[in-house]
Amino acid sequence: MGYKCIRVATAAVLLILLILGPAAAVERPFGEILQALPSASYEAKATLIRELAETGHPRAVPVLRALSEGDLYVRKADQRVFIVRKGEGGYDLVDPLSGEPAGQAGRRDVKRIGINNTLRNVLAAQLASLSLAAPEAAVRRAAVAQMLGELDASLAATLRARLAEEPDRGVRGMIREALALVDLQAADEATRLAAVQTLHGSLTPEARVRLMALAADPEAGEALRTQARQAVASIDRWRSFYRLMETVFFGLSAGSVLLLAAIGLAITFGVMGVINMAHGEFLMLGAYTAYVLQQLLPGQVGLAVVLAVPAAFAVTGLVGVAIERGLIRHLYGRPLETLLLTFGLSLILQQAVRTIFSPLNRSVATPAWMSGAWQINPALALTYNRLAIILFALAVFLALLALLRFTRLGLQVRAVSQDRQMAQALGVRSEWVDALTFGLGAGIAGIGGVALSQLTNVGPNLGQAYIIDSFLVVVFGGVGNLWGTLVAALTLGLANKFLEPAAGAVLAKILVLVFIILFIQRRPRGLFPQRGRAAEA
Amino acid sequence: MKLPTPLRPFTERDRVFDALVPPAQRVRRQTRHGTILHVEDVTVSFDGFKALDALTLYIYEGELRCIIGPNGAGKTTMMDVITAKTRPDAGQVFFGDGIDLLRLSEPEVAQVGVGRKFQKPTVFEQQSVWDNLVLALHSDKRVWASVWFRLAPAQREQIEQVLETIGLVAERSRLAGELSHGQKQWLEIGMLLLQQPALLLVDEPVAGMSGHEMEQTAELLTALAGERSVVVVEHDMEFVRSIARRVTVLHQGAVLAEGSMAEVQQDPRVIEVYLGA
Amino acid sequence: MGLLWASLRRDRGGQVLLVLLLAAIILVPLLNLAVPAGAPGHLSAYTVALLGKYLCFALLAVSVDLVWGYCGILTLGHGAFFALGGYAMGMHLMRQIGDRGVYGHPVLPDFMVFLDWESLPWFWHGFDLFPFAMLMVLAAPGLLALVFGFFAFRSRVNGVYLSIITQALTFALMLAFFRNEMGFGGNNGLTDFKDLLGFDLQSEAMRVSLFVASALALALGFLASRYLTVTRFGQVLNAVRDAEGRTRFLGYRVENYQLFVWVFSAMLAGVAGALYVPQVGIINPNEFSPLNSIEMVVWVAVGGRATLYGAALGALLVNYAKTFLTSAAPEAWLFFLGGLFVVVTLFLPQGLVGLLRRSRA
Repeated sequence: MGYKCIRVATAAVLLILLILGPAAAVERPFGEILQALPSASYEAKATLIRELAETGHPRAVPVLRALSEGDLYVRKADQRVFIVRKGEGGYDLVDPLSGEPAGQAGRRDVKRIGINNTLRNVLAAQLASLSLAAPEAAVRRAAVAQMLGELDASLAATLRARLAEEPDRGVRGMIREALALVDLQAADEATRLAAVQTLHGSLTPEARVRLMALAADPEAGEALRTQARQAVASIDRWRSFYRLMETVFFGLSAGSVLLLAAIGLAITFGVMGVINMAHGEFLMLGAYTAYVLQQLLPGQVGLAVVLAVPAAFAVTGLVGVAIERGLIRHLYGRPLETLLLTFGLSLILQQAVRTIFSPLNRSVATPAWMSGAWQINPALALTYNRLAIILFALAVFLALLALLRFTRLGLQVRAVSQDRQMAQALGVRSEWVDALTFGLGAGIAGIGGVALSQLTNVGPNLGQAYIIDSFLVVVFGGVGNLWGTLVAALTLGLANKFLEPAAGAVLAKILVLVFIILFIQRRPRGLFPQRGRAAEA
Repeated sequence: MKLPTPLRPFTERDRVFDALVPPAQRVRRQTRHGTILHVEDVTVSFDGFKALDALTLYIYEGELRCIIGPNGAGKTTMMDVITAKTRPDAGQVFFGDGIDLLRLSEPEVAQVGVGRKFQKPTVFEQQSVWDNLVLALHSDKRVWASVWFRLAPAQREQIEQVLETIGLVAERSRLAGELSHGQKQWLEIGMLLLQQPALLLVDEPVAGMSGHEMEQTAELLTALAGERSVVVVEHDMEFVRSIARRVTVLHQGAVLAEGSMAEVQQDPRVIEVYLGA
Repeated sequence: MGLLWASLRRDRGGQVLLVLLLAAIILVPLLNLAVPAGAPGHLSAYTVALLGKYLCFALLAVSVDLVWGYCGILTLGHGAFFALGGYAMGMHLMRQIGDRGVYGHPVLPDFMVFLDWESLPWFWHGFDLFPFAMLMVLAAPGLLALVFGFFAFRSRVNGVYLSIITQALTFALMLAFFRNEMGFGGNNGLTDFKDLLGFDLQSEAMRVSLFVASALALALGFLASRYLTVTRFGQVLNAVRDAEGRTRFLGYRVENYQLFVWVFSAMLAGVAGALYVPQVGIINPNEFSPLNSIEMVVWVAVGGRATLYGAALGALLVNYAKTFLTSAAPEAWLFFLGGLFVVVTLFLPQGLVGLLRRSRA
């Protein structure tokens, strides 16, 4: 019933437009209408504005925008209309027809073309309906969204017209929503009911506000009010679902950063039994590599970030190998001493960076293709940088998995981690494996640092913030188990983000810490413990 | 109300508040059938590999039992289960007349009278021989008692005797870490003696010992049996032959054969396992 | 007692420490109060407070050495116990301010007035009484250590795992204490103290008294720890450090031993914190920072672990270096500290005491 009404109404409007359309366009040239503006009355201006819009002239949008923003002026000397940019010491004139600069004028030589609030609304609606014709779906979507706040009958007519020719499904859905919003105010009960039906599951805040109002409106019929209440409930369900999705997304991205930070640690700890307290500083070095590359390649933000990945891997990997060969290998079998030694190293690295780069935080620019967000619907937007980091972390994880499973180095690493002496006896050069493993772990942390630089500022204390979390991930996941690390990192990331809204960021962290301490109670060797003889070592 | 798994132990009061549980009673020597250790249907698996497969084994009071078996037969895992180091997936282990060893922790197992000597000699290397023995001495081993512990003259005498038995009188003030491998083995046996266990589990006691030392050890173990039960796990067949009255052969986590040394040696299954025929 | 004397007779380093402390207890008050200001040999109030602070750190180092050196528990979170003791004392000092605060509220400390709190939170009650506050100096760190240690040791968390968890503990507490809602003054912590037991904290006599109290606390803490280490209790601790499994099979409940020494050590650290706060005049959440806790470990490592007096010596030396370097070359301090970790672990595993022993041997 309701749908039929809308369809009939739409058809009727279309028919009218088809008849009136060509007649209304008297085909006065754009420039001529424009020149009529300054002297017209407010009422006449409204007509002129519509006429301007209907010419479909490519300059219509900038001119109307200029008018609504009070930048359209008339030159007193020759009564010609110009768009004006306020510059130093005077006005720069722009020809409204061509968009070319047209010299300058003094403040007194020109006069603004005045508008009132009625005209402002007319302008806003006409501008939006002009953008409805834009070739990009995103622009059209924005135009409809813009109209939601100021819907009136004439805009509704424009939207109805557009609905028929709109190719994009998403935009069509939005137009239907907008029309339903209009129909909510209709006199006819059936139309209103149909509108409520359409708005079930709508995610625009406007729809929820109007439906709430309707549900509380004593003048509306009982059936209508019940329907409205149900619609609001359904909207709320969807919104909370999307909020959940958003939290999951944030949790996954936080978990991915943790994964990048922790996985190197998991390898070195698993293979060598070495707790590397300087691991956080490898993260920091990686982030600074990204920063330095951006300084070296000014204007090449994207290139710098892409190059930073291998560069950071190389830099931190080499530092890692140097540290392993120079210092750590003297302390094998003494994990607590190694812990202290690497802690000392982390202090030295931090202070070195502070001395070289200053203690202040530096920001690393985000390339254009990683900024902005993927607006899935009005309630859910996924930022590209976080999306990129999730994918990147998974790629690194899979690459590492493949490396350990399919390469000779991987085989040797696994052999040494399971039984060092046996591996040595079989001719594996365990020293060499240690150095490479340590370098690999450090290098991955460096890559993680590059990823991190896209989320936060880069500072000497960057690594400190992540080291404890990374350790918790390793402990939680079970030593020497990459899958455990993956699950633990994502779990901790999600847990943090889910607890945050309820408990606040700090309390969430504390709760997670307490949980891990209790968890270690039950499973001292993590989620995926090694069992049997290997575990006794 | 069902609690999530991590919280569940908090409701099992006797498991959580160990300090509140009265110290386990020492074994009463009223063993009904003269059996001091019942191991029944014990199964332990590591990631699908069955280290023990429904192992059933009885040790009688005062006997000296040797347990032999190829590598991976489950000898060490069996000891781990008895001393509460590893919890089995299934089965029962009773000590004396009804002490359920599976419900006890390692120190409790030690306190009810099970002593264990490890394969690799483990003594406290940073402490003197004397102090090692003092630590092992059978006494109240709770914290507060240790803070105020003083060696009674009778206990001093006991330690002196053990020093003599294990031939380390001259080494009493040396750090245990400075002893030779054989001496460490002896020191550990001495510590076990001072623990006064009713059941002694000995894992490869003669590994790394010279022929002479081996003879002495055989003598000592034989002498120990009788007053207490001794279970020896050993690879060295010569040694086993020299002490064994009764031998149990383990294979793939279960008992393959049991009997006197001569009987066992003629058992075709044993021969097959050992010679891989 | 006889056991303690016997062990002290053999403990040359311990004797030196006690004699030095006795000398300090006599000389410092003399040089500060009897020698007039400006005369050579006069110790300023500032120096006295600084020395007192060092002694608190030395006591803290002894407590760390007790668990690390003797029981093998590498704690990276002892700063938490130190800070809790400090906060207990700080709360007492806050309550002593009374209505002399900036806002002049008769009961509420300034920061609570600033946060528009109506009344004192429940956990602040009783701290106006000195004996209760002193009880809390022991109870607060003791309870935390008891609960934490109960869980950690029962499930046999050890080695590097335990170290990381202790670090996480102090990190969590730091985050918590930074929050204003916790009711401990948030970021700024507790400060602007006026007096203790009715005596002005700024007065020379008070400073000297606090110094003497710190020296006595260090001496007593050292003696108590020494006693523990020479009893069979101490032997068991060593046994746990060197062969935990074997100790269990001898019938010792290892977790109870660890818990006892852990709680005792936490209380010692709490006392050190309580004496530290009135001498520096402030306690804030930075005392919980993991870096502070790990610095304590390096004091012990530099001095020589499992010696007790070595730990005290290390604390004094490293902190003197810190005072000197942070004023002379602030940038160099972290390089120095980091370098100390590297040098000590690689070349001086027994610390300075080990070096001394070797050179005499």
